[in-house]
Amino acid sequence: MSQSVGDDGLPLDQAVESILLRHQRDPACLVQILRELQDRLDYISPRTVQQLAAKLEIPITRVKSTLAFYSFLYDEPRGRYRILFSDNITDRMLGSMALYRHMLNRLKLEPGEVSADGLVSVALTSCTGMCDQGPALLVNNRAVTRLTPERIDEIIGLIRAQVPVSAWPAAYFKVEDNIRRADLLLNTEWVPGAALQTAIERGPHGVLAELKQSNLRGRGGAGFTTGIKWEAARKTPAEARWVVCNADEGEPGTFKDRVLLQSYAGSIFEGMIIAAYTIGAKRGFLYLRGEYTYLLPSLEATLADLRRRNLLGEDICGVEGFDFEIDVHVGAGAYVCGEETALIESLEGKPGRPRIRPPFPVSRGYRDQPTVVNNVETLCKVVEVMLRGGAWYKGQGTRQSTGTKILSVSGDVERPGLYEYPFGVRVAQVLEDAGAIEPRAVQISGASGTCLTRREFGRRIAFEDVPTAGSFMVFGKGRDLFEMAQNFAHFFAHESCGFCTPCRVGTSLVASILDKIGDGHGTEYEMNELAFLSQVIRSASQCGLGQASCNALTDTIQKFRGDYERRLRPIDFEPAFDLDAALGKARAITGRDDSGARLSTRVDIDQ
Amino acid sequence: MSDIEYSFTIDGQQVRFTPGETILQAALKAGIFIPHLCFHPEFRPHGSCKLCTVVVNGRTTAACTTRAMPGQDVYSDKPELNSHRRLLLQMLFVEGNHFCPGCEKSGNCQLQALAYDLEMLNPHFAHFFPKRPVDASHPDAVLDLNRCIMCELCVRASRDVDGKNVFALAGRGLDSHLVVDSKSGKLGDSTFAATDKAASVCPVGAILPKGKGFAVPIGERVYDKESIREKVVGLADTGAEP
Ligand SMILES: Cc1cc2nc3c(=O)[nH]c(=O)nc-3n(C[C@H](O)[C@H](O)[C@H](O)COP(=O)(O)O)c2cc1C
Ligand code: SF4
Ligand code: SF4
Ligand code: FES
Repeated sequence: MSQSVGDDGLPLDQAVESILLRHQRDPACLVQILRELQDRLDYISPRTVQQLAAKLEIPITRVKSTLAFYSFLYDEPRGRYRILFSDNITDRMLGSMALYRHMLNRLKLEPGEVSADGLVSVALTSCTGMCDQGPALLVNNRAVTRLTPERIDEIIGLIRAQVPVSAWPAAYFKVEDNIRRADLLLNTEWVPGAALQTAIERGPHGVLAELKQSNLRGRGGAGFTTGIKWEAARKTPAEARWVVCNADEGEPGTFKDRVLLQSYAGSIFEGMIIAAYTIGAKRGFLYLRGEYTYLLPSLEATLADLRRRNLLGEDICGVEGFDFEIDVHVGAGAYVCGEETALIESLEGKPGRPRIRPPFPVSRGYRDQPTVVNNVETLCKVVEVMLRGGAWYKGQGTRQSTGTKILSVSGDVERPGLYEYPFGVRVAQVLEDAGAIEPRAVQISGASGTCLTRREFGRRIAFEDVPTAGSFMVFGKGRDLFEMAQNFAHFFAHESCGFCTPCRVGTSLVASILDKIGDGHGTEYEMNELAFLSQVIRSASQCGLGQASCNALTDTIQKFRGDYERRLRPIDFEPAFDLDAALGKARAITGRDDSGARLSTRVDIDQ
Repeated sequence: MSDIEYSFTIDGQQVRFTPGETILQAALKAGIFIPHLCFHPEFRPHGSCKLCTVVVNGRTTAACTTRAMPGQDVYSDKPELNSHRRLLLQMLFVEGNHFCPGCEKSGNCQLQALAYDLEMLNPHFAHFFPKRPVDASHPDAVLDLNRCIMCELCVRASRDVDGKNVFALAGRGLDSHLVVDSKSGKLGDSTFAATDKAASVCPVGAILPKGKGFAVPIGERVYDKESIREKVVGLADTGAEP
């Protein structure tokens, strides 16, 4: 490696050494090491791969497989300014694609191409969690919100003038909380250590009893009872136990965890500390999605504050032997790492491929030891249960879904942002409060969730009716649900970890069939193909990603069939190999484009 | 517990098992064939190909990773499940580049044999035609990733038996691909040897020995003579290794 001095003022070799040292040359920290090395080296070259394998004493294949898994790790130069437009359907509804094309045109670039001078590349990325203040992009992993054509032009100017991202106007990077309706959680100010104190007074068994009485269920999607999960981890005999906060928040349209991490981090960490006290863990991790790297300094500051207050570290709150430390691990662009076993693989420095369950993390998780994985919001809820008591908590919300739930509302509404309600709130109420504009459909719980029509707006947000991890995307009159299904299909094809056949190949087949329909070449035949494919992908896939990947597709075909049908051609089948397109070259050479030089006339669909 | 308590049914037929066995292991021992590709009796179950998908007490799951339990009601050889398996095979065919007539493995290939067995008549979908390299750098073996089905048997064999870690699966989604443990990334520069377990576990023609081309003529190969179903079940009867 050459000896250039970087931002850290260190010569390169020394900088690399200090990164390795900080992680104690532990291969389990490979994702962190690669991410930090890349910040310093721009990309991970084959030479770096070899050196890293040698220094960590692991096979080259281990470094390569991890490097190639994560979207934000690069094995070739991606330009000094790496622009990634957030590509959720809500960004598109706010006009992101026009901005994207505008930027590509002005920079004379193809998607993903690096400019000849190595300055810049522009591409798409999965939802960045800024749906309430989109369209958004990432520049070298920093989120820029509320994009406008003017802002894009300014950014192009800054890039051409080679202004370092750190010197760009701070207003670009402003991320608002947009709390529109606060209830139990968002209205309560964090009192450091108060909840932990009550936990210590109750003792581990008392905490478990209180949690079980409260019937608190996980907010990350599956709705597992938190008390039972913690008890299982506590009961499993082990040398060490671990607490993990799942802050991967990759579900398109979800951004409530981002606000909690930004403005309620103390509560989250205190929830982790209570978990550690209850199950007997010495160390914990907060797994932060790479898109939220900008939150790292404030999270570290909160951790430092907790250490000062003796709420972290040794003999916490004076309880002898109650030692606990928290590290923040930053992800690198992989939605599947939100799945708890994939997350654990990633924490161990490996590609985020889900494990076969059972065993579940509570018995064999991180380093094959008992591990509790909880969503950000769940951990805040633990603090509430400690402060208010299980009996009181049980009285909030509905019987099967106790307490409140935070919704991330975006799309065609006047006031996008966070809305916290007691469980059981009707969809129509949320729509009214957010100022929905002639809503035609609501997609609940993200790309893997449920699509509701106007007739279903009377349904309730609750585990027993419409369960949700928090995403609430509103589609107004005139919105095309086919476009949503197509956007999600590409999302899943891009995010499939590749482990199992039905998801690895199936999600790509679904995306290409939807593209065929979108291009006006689909027929009833493709509709049948989609039905069969989604059936097999759903039932045969290994993890929730594959299993849920066709939910939006099936829902929209069932409920908004017209959005598909108006694109279909009346014939039964059109081959995937397009003979007419293949003749395009001959037409170009002969300069002919009359009807005699064409096999079929393409039906153009107005978008 | 008695034998009867350690038993379950597959398609109505009673099957005994030893505690700890998976449904697939117990089925094969009992002479019942459940299609499979990534499972190999000498290795820990992997569960990625999903060819062994069965329905257990109404729930769809992979037979190779699901423990046998007393009284389970398993469905396997049903038209619906076989149609799902055909679709999975078609996915594997269109994902790679499989030109069976020109492949040295033809007739000995488990993918091809299963396609015959499950009456997969065509690949059905448009091929993805990925660009994948052929690595002929090793003196004794060819690595042709066009035919790789990502079963990770070579990965497991190299790691667990050969103690070498020559192979790993890298990438994500359709971009998943095998990588080799050497500075150049070439098999010839790795510690791979023709005598490695990893050299002989590939169920398809992705890892092939050099210099042994067409030693057995097509038409007289393993699955030319009997179907994979008969072959596997026959071996189970004699207790031999497949
Ligand atoms: C593909 C996939 C992505 C997921 N992403 C997240 C996520 O970003 N955040 C989260 O908390 N849970 C996510 N989950 C759910 C987790 O696997 C796990 O159930 C959850 O973190 C448990 O926490 P809880 O009990 O507090 O809900 C995801 C699951 C799947 C299958
Ligand atoms: S369902 Fe998809 S994401 Fe999950 S294990 Fe299979 S390939 Fe990976
Ligand atoms: S090379 Fe063969 S054994 Fe290895 S993963 Fe590919 S198909 Fe499986
Ligand atoms: S044999 Fe069971 S998943 Fe491959």
